[in-house]
Amino acid sequence: MTLTQRDELRAYAHHATDARVNVELETEGMTLNIGPQHPATHGTLRIVAKLDGEQVIAAEPITGYMHRGYEKLVEVRTWPQINTLVNRIDWVGSFSNEVPFILACEQLMEIEAPPRARAIRTILFELARIANLVLFAGDMALQLGAQTAAMYAFRDREYVLNLLESASGGRFHPNFDRIGGLKDDLPKGWIDDTRAALVKIREFCDEMDLLVTGNEIFEARTRGVGIIPADVALSYGLSGANLRASGIDWDLRRDGGISGLAYDDVDWKVWTHPDGDCFARYWVRLQEIREAAHITEQLLDKLPAGPIMAKVPRIVKVPAGEAYVETENPLGAMGFYVISAGDLGPFRVKIRTPSFNNISVASWVMRGVYVPDIVTILASLYFILGDIDR
Amino acid sequence: MSSADAPAPEATAVEPEAEPTDDIRSGLLATLELELGEAIVESHLKPGIGLWVRVTTEAWNDAAVAARDKLGCTFFDFLSGIDWMPSPFGRYEVADIDTEVSLAEKVAAARAADRISGYAGGDTRFQVFARVVNVTAHHDVVLKCDVPEDTLTVPTWSRTYAGSNWHEREACEMFGIRFDGHPDLRKLYLPGEFEGHPLRKDFPLLSRVVKPWPGIVDVEPMPGEVAADGDAAEEEVDG
Repeated sequence: MTLTQRDELRAYAHHATDARVNVELETEGMTLNIGPQHPATHGTLRIVAKLDGEQVIAAEPITGYMHRGYEKLVEVRTWPQINTLVNRIDWVGSFSNEVPFILACEQLMEIEAPPRARAIRTILFELARIANLVLFAGDMALQLGAQTAAMYAFRDREYVLNLLESASGGRFHPNFDRIGGLKDDLPKGWIDDTRAALVKIREFCDEMDLLVTGNEIFEARTRGVGIIPADVALSYGLSGANLRASGIDWDLRRDGGISGLAYDDVDWKVWTHPDGDCFARYWVRLQEIREAAHITEQLLDKLPAGPIMAKVPRIVKVPAGEAYVETENPLGAMGFYVISAGDLGPFRVKIRTPSFNNISVASWVMRGVYVPDIVTILASLYFILGDIDR
Repeated sequence: MSSADAPAPEATAVEPEAEPTDDIRSGLLATLELELGEAIVESHLKPGIGLWVRVTTEAWNDAAVAARDKLGCTFFDFLSGIDWMPSPFGRYEVADIDTEVSLAEKVAAARAADRISGYAGGDTRFQVFARVVNVTAHHDVVLKCDVPEDTLTVPTWSRTYAGSNWHEREACEMFGIRFDGHPDLRKLYLPGEFEGHPLRKDFPLLSRVVKPWPGIVDVEPMPGEVAADGDAAEEEVDG
């Protein structure tokens, strides 16, 4: 699956020829501004690219158009109120935002959610991942000009969002996780509905394979484009599928040693890809949708009975101390560094969001690519604006 | 199984996620102590949870190099700052316009008050902290260092970990901490002409200063509680 040496040499030859032509013609540099309102940035990210002909000399993402100051706001909220805020960080991954924060609080309070709550948490976490990554697969194809796949993605994501809504009451902001467990148990008939929806999701993955993965245009525009080597990915702190697409076998669900989730009870595979290009990132995420469906099904099969809430005081006071919990969110590693002074609310919370690190590599990887590749690279790095700006 | 004096802990620290014992983390600490010596000011080890190491300001980048090369922590997780001053405005339960004490007086009182400090201690108001991870052996370390009060400058990590570039820009605009040797400390989020450093504790959250938090006004007693002493009932822990 790796690039052959001939392809690589051809790519170098192309770059060299272009550079020579540009020198001979004395083409003037040009600055291209993409965004803040541009469909490819799905949000308000701005890219300033300096061009030489069709080639990018330097590109820089400019953030801050959606900065909401959550790290300041949490300092005036009480512990349970913060759940509402953190829900809105990665709005497509809804439920998965709440989990690391709640787990950090639980670690400081030294309480553990009951087994049923842990299993339901994991199920909802994986459903949020499916909702997020299904949209990615459609969006990636849309950025490259394939409209149909995006329509399919919006159609099939709806099944998962309906499940999240019927369980929690919120399609995008479930606000369902609590310190010590969950707000409610699952509604009647939910498990059968989920099984039915997972069938649809599997069909969606197969459809994407037929429509997009083997498509000649798609391959031509993604293979060998935006290659991020493993050492660069690590030093920039890329996480999630972006890191695994660079060949690094690291998944916090398996390696994080997180106690409040039920990943140890199920059998699944962490997918990696050696190429590190845009295609690899797309391919790894597509496999992750299938794995998420696989995990969810196993958990539904052996959902333990029992309470869904541990014994927690009504007024939550977290003991003084520091805790950092990081989980494998749809976009990558998301963590909350919680510093408590033993008060009704936190003293300081540092929110580590995956997109922030993932997009900071953009100026490195965009150097030397062609203008249409900017869109491909942005789509494949896959960021949510709220997750960069917080 | 102790990796106390092993130069390459990846070789000895096998499967730490299977059994997170102290051995691995104390081995990491020993390796760092061997490498940094006197530069380690204080450390805190929570068995099975984490390792916090505080180094001197001068050794901040050396600590990063040691963690990357000797501990194999090549994954850069995050870097940020902490302002340990107690908040002058409390939790904003009372609007400022209702009190006689001015903002400046509150800030002065908070500056004079005793500071708390976190794991691995701290002597200054501001601290910088960062976390790096070894993705093959699955261990991590949180590094901290004090920020001198007079210069507010610490060495940059951007040559050790490329990803810390943006994190340092964010810490600079949010806390006013300078990073010596950083290539480009422009603002990341805030507009260019923005004054002040929002995440400092003495930077007031304006929406809360002019108007009290509506959630506080609406405190109603729970069914079965006495309405008269609502405040007392709120503090009660209903286990």
